[in-house]
Amino acid sequence: MPVVQVEGVHKRFGAVEVLKGIDLAVEGGEVVAIIGRSGSGKSTLLRCINGLEQIQSGRIEVSGHSIDPSGRGLRELRKDVGIVFQSYNLFPHLRVGENIMLAPRIVLGVSKSEARSRAEETLAEVGLAERFDAWPDNLSGGQQQRVAIARSLAMRPKVMLFDEVTSALDPELTGEVLATMERLARHGMTMLLVTHEMGFARRVATTTVFMHQGKVWEMGPSERIFGAPETPELRQFLGGGLK
Amino acid sequence: MIRQFTQSEFLFILASARWTLLLTLMSMLLGGLLGFLVALARTSRLAPLRTLAAGWIGVIQGVPVLMLLFLSYYGLALAGFDLPPLIAATVSMALYASGFLGEIWRGSIQAVPWQQWEASSALAFSRPQQYRYVILPQAVRIAIPPTVGFLVQLVKNTSIVSIIGVVELARAGNLVNNATFQPFKVFGTVAAIYFVICWPISLLARRLEGRLHARRAG
Repeated sequence: MPVVQVEGVHKRFGAVEVLKGIDLAVEGGEVVAIIGRSGSGKSTLLRCINGLEQIQSGRIEVSGHSIDPSGRGLRELRKDVGIVFQSYNLFPHLRVGENIMLAPRIVLGVSKSEARSRAEETLAEVGLAERFDAWPDNLSGGQQQRVAIARSLAMRPKVMLFDEVTSALDPELTGEVLATMERLARHGMTMLLVTHEMGFARRVATTTVFMHQGKVWEMGPSERIFGAPETPELRQFLGGGLK
Repeated sequence: MIRQFTQSEFLFILASARWTLLLTLMSMLLGGLLGFLVALARTSRLAPLRTLAAGWIGVIQGVPVLMLLFLSYYGLALAGFDLPPLIAATVSMALYASGFLGEIWRGSIQAVPWQQWEASSALAFSRPQQYRYVILPQAVRIAIPPTVGFLVQLVKNTSIVSIIGVVELARAGNLVNNATFQPFKVFGTVAAIYFVICWPISLLARRLEGRLHARRAG
């Protein structure tokens, strides 16, 4: 049984159809990179998977919870799906530790001590154990992004979504975030990531999906996608460097 | 007979300031409560609620307080509800405050970046949880300066209720002046008392603002 199952998903913004019938299945422990040009619908697809965007038709199922166009059952689904955004979006009025403890406390209802130990554990996992009491504003972009990852992990999600999480970072900060994600992947987390980091996708992702004009244009094992692209669009997208 | 502006006149004016304070306090509390609901309705996901709140704000802001006062005092009296002046005054000032506070707080809520809504809903927060733990704590910081600014306005604008016979600070000054004909002394005193009430509020606002910023930069 796949952890994420996307079937015939259509999504429109007004008159513009952004997703034109997407089918995708992600097995537990798989790391799926979604690549493609801006406007190809890759971020939209990711955001549909936890219901941040409403779909017009089709079905999305994540670890037994389904989203349909009615939008029912979203909260249950979101407990199992973590997402990290390009702009971190930490809660600026809360310290790092409180940022992480909040959702387990109020959404899952775990005890304060349990929330605290989850926060300490996930902060250690992203290499920021000593920043528990820091304010988000006092952290670098890379550190804020790692806290955002820890905040999602504290919910013990079954899937993690990463939406261009390094796009806002300086090159020297990108590495620390990618390393964190790579460690997560090694530990068996099921991950879907929209990324422009082709080297990272090729090395870490088990499967790569190339999206073009709102469709899954080509998908397969990352080695094959990057090593032997079949469609001219993908070859053109990957460009000269990889020829 | 013309009376002198003595200590007893001064004490009369000073004592009447309690009605100004009480009126401000009550209208801020009631108006704040109603204004909070208006702000929530104004930022609701339900279109009819938003429209209703926008209508409320539009009407309250577009009508002079004086008319609210006349309507609740004379108007309701005609309709058979004989409100004591102080109650009519409180009701009118509270309605007035609700319109302005509702709009100030709507702006403060909407000034919180939309990504904060998105991040919290992605963490499976319910809508009330988003307000309680993420949006309102940030909106409060944004709201403090304009809210206190409005409070200072409210203190001064309570003088309008003297018109239906509530003897608050301004009305007391008027009465004393009518008896003493010493407008500079009398209204100078009245003005000084208003200032003594309003200035600390402004100072407090500045301190609060500074403290909240300091905490965030911590």
